[in-house]
This record gives sequence, C-alpha cells and structure tokens, in this order.
Amino acid sequence: MNLTLKIWRQKDANDKGKIVDYKINDISPDMSFLEMLDVLNSELITKGDEPVAFDHDCREGICGSCSLYINGEAHGPDRLVTTCQLHMRKFKDGDTIFIEPFRAKAFPVIKDLVVDRTAFDRVQHAGGFISVNTSGNTQDANSIPIEKVNADKAFDAATCIGCGACVASCKNSSAMLFVSAKVSQFALLPQGQVEATDRVLNMVNQMDEEGFGNCTNTGACEVECPKGISLENIARMNREFLTASLKG
Amino acid sequence: MSGILNSSIGRKFAMALSALFLMFFLLQHFAINILSVFSPDAFNEASHFMGTFWAVQYLLQPILILGVLFHFVMGFVLEIKNNKARQISYAKNNGGANSSWMSRNMIWSGLAILAFIVLHFIDFWIPELNVKYIDGDMSGLLPNGGYRYYEELTHKFVNPLRVGAYVLAFIFLALHLLHGFNSAFQSVGANNKYTNGLKGFSKIYAIGVPLGFIFIALFHHFNH
Repeated sequence: MNLTLKIWRQKDANDKGKIVDYKINDISPDMSFLEMLDVLNSELITKGDEPVAFDHDCREGICGSCSLYINGEAHGPDRLVTTCQLHMRKFKDGDTIFIEPFRAKAFPVIKDLVVDRTAFDRVQHAGGFISVNTSGNTQDANSIPIEKVNADKAFDAATCIGCGACVASCKNSSAMLFVSAKVSQFALLPQGQVEATDRVLNMVNQMDEEGFGNCTNTGACEVECPKGISLENIARMNREFLTASLKG
Repeated sequence: MSGILNSSIGRKFAMALSALFLMFFLLQHFAINILSVFSPDAFNEASHFMGTFWAVQYLLQPILILGVLFHFVMGFVLEIKNNKARQISYAKNNGGANSSWMSRNMIWSGLAILAFIVLHFIDFWIPELNVKYIDGDMSGLLPNGGYRYYEELTHKFVNPLRVGAYVLAFIFLALHLLHGFNSAFQSVGANNKYTNGLKGFSKIYAIGVPLGFIFIALFHHFNH
C-alpha cells in the first residue's frame, strides 16, 4: 500500500504546530497502525529528520497509552480496538490518512501526537479507590455475596483503560464516560459503598476543575471506546452524584 | 447541595428537568390546538379556560416563561463552556461516524426554535396579553358574541409565509426532540431496561407532535 499521511507536528507544548504531509510506500496490510508509523520513523531517522513522537507501550490494547485521532476518529475507523490493534487493512492503497493528537484543553499536547493525560490520574486520585486495611485482616473477597448482574457490570466498567478516546471523540471534550466507569466499578460493589458519597462528589469536582466539557449525551464516547464502556455508567454516575449532593 | 448547579452534572440535570417540563407543556399545547381541527367550539372553550383560569395564568404561565428562559440561557452557557473545553479543533473530524447530526447540533436547532418562539410570542402571546391586561377584556368574546380564539388562530394561518416559517420551525423542533427527549432521561440518571422502549416512544413523540402542529397549520391555511 502507498499512502499519504497528514500528521500533526508540534515541537513542544509552546509550539503552534501544523499538519505535515508524508508519503509512505510498500506498507503491508497486515501491519498494525503503529508499525506503519515505526516504518515512517525509520525513514525519517535515516534521512536525519526528527521522528514523529507518539504514545505506545503494550501494543496489545491493554495499557491505554496509544492515543491517536485517525481520519477523524479516536483510534481510527475500527470498533472496539485501540490504535495499536488497528490494522492497515482497514485502509486502501492510495488513501490519505489524517493523524492528530487527542484534542482537549485538559489534554495539552506535549510533542507531536503525545498529549498529557495526567488529568485522568488526578481525577482517579480524587476518589477512584477504596480504603482497606491490608495489615493482615483483609476479608476474603469471595465471602461477600454479590449479584451476578452487578459483578458483571462492575467488571465491564473496570475494563476502562483510561485511554481518553471518550474525551477525544466528544464534541464537548467531556470525560464523563471515563469518570463514570471509575465511579461505577465501585458503586456496584459492596466494598465501594463506604466511600460512595465522597467518591462521586470528589471525582466529579476534580473532573470539572480539570476543564473537561459537559456531557450532552451524543453517545460518541460509547461508540469510539475501545472497551465498549456503556452510557449506562454515565446515568449511574448522574444518579450517584445527585443522591450524594442531596446527602452532602 | 448548594454547589449542585456549579457542577457539570447538576447543570445537565437542571437542563433535563426544564426540558421534561417543556416537553410536557408542548404535549398539552398540542392537545388543545388539535381541537381546532375537529371542533372550533371545543377549542374555544379550552382556550378560554387556559387564558382565564387563575392557576394557569398566574402560576403555570410564569413557571413556563421561567422554564423557557432557563432552558435557553443554560443551553448557551453550556455551549460556551463546551467550546472552551477544546480550543484547537481537529483538522479532520468524522462526527457522523459515532453520533447523530441532531445530537451534535442542538444549539442550532435550539436557535431556530428560539427564533420561532419570538415570532410565536409576537403572533399570539403579546396580543393576548394586550387584550386581557392592557384593554382589560377578559371575556374572550368577539363583538358579535362568539369566542375570539378560533378566529384569531385561523386568521394567523392565512399568510403562506407565516405558515412556511411555522412548518420550518416545527421541523427544527422535531430534530431537537429526536435527541433531546432521550437525552433528558439519560441526564436524570434513567438508563435501564426501559430505555429501549423509551427510545421508541421518543421517536413517536419527537416526530408525531411537531408533525401534528404542522398538520394544524396547513389544515387552517388550506381550509380558510
């Protein structure tokens, strides 16, 4: 496959940045998208040019590091995959592919396609945990009966890898799908009930402070989420937050 | 509790409550207006009741005005805040791949509805206030003795330009409701086993009610 790539290049956080065109030839349809970028970077390095910076780590859809906005969609045109799981067979010979960083005020660009997603870490630190005394008195998790349906929903919510595709896809740069998944994975389990009120209030407050937008229920986040996190979680977080606000 | 309206979820909850109230009002408005097609007398009686009953005039009407104002002002506030959350746009964005046109353009359909409400107020609401509260005529009667409401309604739909504007506005209303109806329920936290059924009902409401209003406007235009 021969392709034209239109890639966002930005030297650092202060640089204005621009789209730069690259031609790349002889790409195998069996390559992953990141392998295609590896080939491009090898060529750039050989020519003495600066390689394109992009985030990646596990390359098997687990870590949530890769974060590219490809042809107008987070993680590209495929569904339920991260960028590292996207294959070049999803494109055609002669295609022009736009590659941009995830855009949001809360995700400032560090360099090229790499963005700072530590806003998610700060939201998580605000309440995405349970406080358990682990000094030898920990109760066996299996001793607490949990309804299968709730266990499944909590597990589904916990599969969120925090990649930020929800924020990138949302026209408002809202982080509600991410935050709601983190709230739900605890709200559905008895272990999460003790700190439920503070958790949702603190996490939503931190989310707002980070500058994410408001959810207008377009559903784009759910469609583009590589883990299929459901909008049901946002409705649950809304209920949790409103209940907690009345209590607080 | 005090900070609820300062939070993103609190704002969307308030937006949803005002939307649910306005959708209920719209249904009630439609129920009265459709009477004009079947029975001018019934329409006159219902209009006179709504126009003179104290609870409607002095309690529900101010709530309605506040609801409309709140919905529009909060809509603009949210739009401004949301635009600030992404300061650099994508060079290529394929919004159609993951969301409906209606959901991405609520501000534009909302602005079209706002323009229509201004026209509607000039057409009906302000003259109504003038007759009742400036002229002091609460009788609802024409000089010949019959009720004036049906006459006023049919008179307004003689002008084809006005009918065209109303039809266009109701198309935008349908587009707004096609996203807004379900969105309001999601915002108040209602996403459960009934959601799929609700989505079906929302389509019937979002298309049926505006279509009904269009039918009423066209009916009176072509029959008078």
